[in-house]
Amino acid sequence: MASIGKIARRTFLVGAAAVAGGVAFGYYKYRQPLENPLKKDLANGEATLNPYIKIASDNRITVIVPRAEMGQGAFTTLAALVAEELDVTLDQIVIEHGPAAPAYYNDAALREGAPFPAFDHSMVAETVRNAMGVVGKFLALQMTGGSSSLADGYEKMRLAGATARETLKSAAAQKLGVSVGSLKTEAGKVIDAKSGRSLTYGELALDAAKIDPPSDVALKPRSQWKLLGKPQPRKDMPAKVTGQPIFGIDVQLPDMLYATVRMNPQPGGAMKSFDASEALKMRGVKKVIAIDSLYGKGFAVIADNTWRAFKAADAVKVVWADGPGHRDDAEAKKILASTIAGGGGFSLRSAGDPEKAFADAPREKLVEAEYYAPFLSHATMEPMNATARLKDGVLDVWSPNQAPSVIKIIGARLTKLADEKINVHTTFLGGGFGRRIEPDFSDYAIRVAMETEGRPVKVTWTREEDMSHGPYRPAALAKYRARIGNDGLPVAIHGSVASPSVMAGMVGRIMPGLPTAGPDNLILDGTYNQPYTIPNYRIDGYKAPLTTPVASWRSVGNSFNAFMNESFMDELAHAGKIDPLEFRRKLMVDYPTAIAILDKLKTLSDWGKPIDQTRAQGIAFTLSFGTWVGEVVQVKDENGSIRVEKVWIVADPGMVLDPLNFKAQMMSGAIYGLSAAIGQQISFADGAPQQSNFSDYDAMRMNQCPDIVIEILENSGHLGGAGEPATPPVMAALANAIFALNGKRIRSMPLNGEVSFV
Amino acid sequence: MKLQVNGTVHELDIEPEMPLLWALRDELNIKGPKFGCGAGLCGACTVIIDGQATRSCQTAVGDVRSNIRTIDGLGKPDALHRVQQAWLDEQVVQCGYCQAGQIMNAVALLEANPTPSDKDIDEAMSGNLCRCGTYPRIRAAIKRAAAGQQTGA
Repeated sequence: MASIGKIARRTFLVGAAAVAGGVAFGYYKYRQPLENPLKKDLANGEATLNPYIKIASDNRITVIVPRAEMGQGAFTTLAALVAEELDVTLDQIVIEHGPAAPAYYNDAALREGAPFPAFDHSMVAETVRNAMGVVGKFLALQMTGGSSSLADGYEKMRLAGATARETLKSAAAQKLGVSVGSLKTEAGKVIDAKSGRSLTYGELALDAAKIDPPSDVALKPRSQWKLLGKPQPRKDMPAKVTGQPIFGIDVQLPDMLYATVRMNPQPGGAMKSFDASEALKMRGVKKVIAIDSLYGKGFAVIADNTWRAFKAADAVKVVWADGPGHRDDAEAKKILASTIAGGGGFSLRSAGDPEKAFADAPREKLVEAEYYAPFLSHATMEPMNATARLKDGVLDVWSPNQAPSVIKIIGARLTKLADEKINVHTTFLGGGFGRRIEPDFSDYAIRVAMETEGRPVKVTWTREEDMSHGPYRPAALAKYRARIGNDGLPVAIHGSVASPSVMAGMVGRIMPGLPTAGPDNLILDGTYNQPYTIPNYRIDGYKAPLTTPVASWRSVGNSFNAFMNESFMDELAHAGKIDPLEFRRKLMVDYPTAIAILDKLKTLSDWGKPIDQTRAQGIAFTLSFGTWVGEVVQVKDENGSIRVEKVWIVADPGMVLDPLNFKAQMMSGAIYGLSAAIGQQISFADGAPQQSNFSDYDAMRMNQCPDIVIEILENSGHLGGAGEPATPPVMAALANAIFALNGKRIRSMPLNGEVSFV
Repeated sequence: MKLQVNGTVHELDIEPEMPLLWALRDELNIKGPKFGCGAGLCGACTVIIDGQATRSCQTAVGDVRSNIRTIDGLGKPDALHRVQQAWLDEQVVQCGYCQAGQIMNAVALLEANPTPSDKDIDEAMSGNLCRCGTYPRIRAAIKRAAAGQQTGA
């Protein structure tokens, strides 16, 4: 990354300008302060108007979507932002992931990561959010995560379409000898209404590329949108229903080799020795090499067929050293508990004085509970894999990944090649859920490619390798305490949450050496930042010294905090003898967005109306990634086993750009959360994860899947995310429904530790 | 050995115990069937042999005598099979990785049972895992395809 310093200086100025005057945003961006990476790879007759748009003279229009399509529909909705303003139909465009380049940094992911609740629009909160955006640009961080793609692209990508449209109109005005004002655009053409003459974008693009984009483009008002706000058929779907080879694992190159890796299952553990003599005799096996990476120690088998590589890997005799981490779950829990007991946490929410309120509380007014959530695997359907080729001083990496700029950094570190000699090709992802932000699978592929004399090599992990190696969703432990007032509502709550730091882990893996001290608000996401008003309220976080690598897992800290916090709210409602929905309404009375959600949820689910003895409902609410979500889960007792029968989801993301796809994401998030809540855990024995495949780490199946009803509201006034916010509340809503059904309060996930499910 | 895939006969010189999945993917470059678990637990590798939905990761290539149908031979974007069209109509797909297996499993189901009940669908489809949680739309798509099959639409 020889050029990172230069880029950083340049972009810092732009970032500072954006902080100073938010409206200048588009102007600076489209004056091209960041290099347009499409310029160096244009086909004959093709022009690029900005980093998001290429137009060829044969009217082939390419829109770059620089966020990974991993199932969430980013390809279609982000492209629609450009198409809306460019005045083209979705049928007229081709969509590509594009290269890894600083132009595609994601500032929203960091903005939303600032340690302030989404409902806090104070000066301080906004200033820090803006500064975080600058950091995103400073690091040129191109990544997909934090349910941030739309918030990040909403302005940028519409401006890309609008400025391109205006330059095309200017080019047409020159050609036709008319004023720009007399021209309009429609379906890929500039039309002179008066004469009826028209020119296609393809006829204008080369000239338009020479025109400086205007600085004062007005974006279309919502009332004029033709694509946005309406369901669009997903552009990636025809390829996906016909089995096209679009995933990382499908990459096929001439002369390609096939490899697999086996790394020490004990995180951080070394490889003492390996004996590959038997493996090397097996058919098709070319080489067995040791891998000594920051991300793991082990070996790779290179062969002429993936299965032969798998089989040969089984034949390698290896001796692993113990890792430095916890030996088993009991030890992990002990470390989490002692971290809280040792003090020294950080507080992100503080109102009144809970300790004072507890000091003189009568015993019967105190409620205390302790919750636990285990490590979790992402278990994407497509196992980890990547393909790499190092030939003639150029490194190419084909990787189903969520952070291509990170792969460039890793590639430069390993091969010492200059940034411009490294190409990252982002394929479609067979699921991401945060796992594919991680650099390990690309790192291993590059290392293997350094041993194959210029031949490309695809490195595919077995499912067992994928599942028994993190980085995982961290385990977490929380202690909550509350005092109930005479009206049944809490007058004081104190929560303490201990978990290893995802932020420190990710930064340490991506940029080793960068300091990661200080609070990590991800540890408290989903508890410190919920819109509950309580007079004495304190939420403390503790970075637990568990060394198992941990990562973003769909909804990150919210994934465990919502379970804990919302289970505790349910316990308080019952202790205060208030209906759990009414209880939340009283605590969130200051937030009309939340109240509207509760009202809708009540109507949809017939909440509070008696159902038969075998059924019960539970509720939970979480504001995460800028989207406010309430969910009701209905369970049914079927001969002693619990069936998750129905789920109602009411979500308010402020504005919905594609309602059909938004609903798909709500459905997906809820099922992902239910899978975890019902039965998933990565447990440890002798320092290593015990689960290895879908036999012992299963997920929800068709026969277990509930009916899901989804309603969208648009009151919040802030564009929130879609991919993650439905996951957090569903786990607590299920636990709360089970309590309503049989009086069993389950405070430890997964819930099948204490009840059985259909 | 000879292997017939989607009507085309291929000549292969490979170990008979190689799983059919890897013979298809790495030897014949037929990439529709996906690798998910290697243990018959997820259904991503599903193909149809003699009318039966079959996990190609658990089938030794040397044991296959009949024609193998994979999604690659089912339909193309401009000439979709009825089940693929139903998948589009219901906008089922998210990441898409499991869907080749889901679709082949659904095709086998509908060929054997043109009017499946919810219970039939559950029984036939529960071996196919989807981590994106597209099940409600898969169910709707199977019903749509079944209805279309009945009316000949």
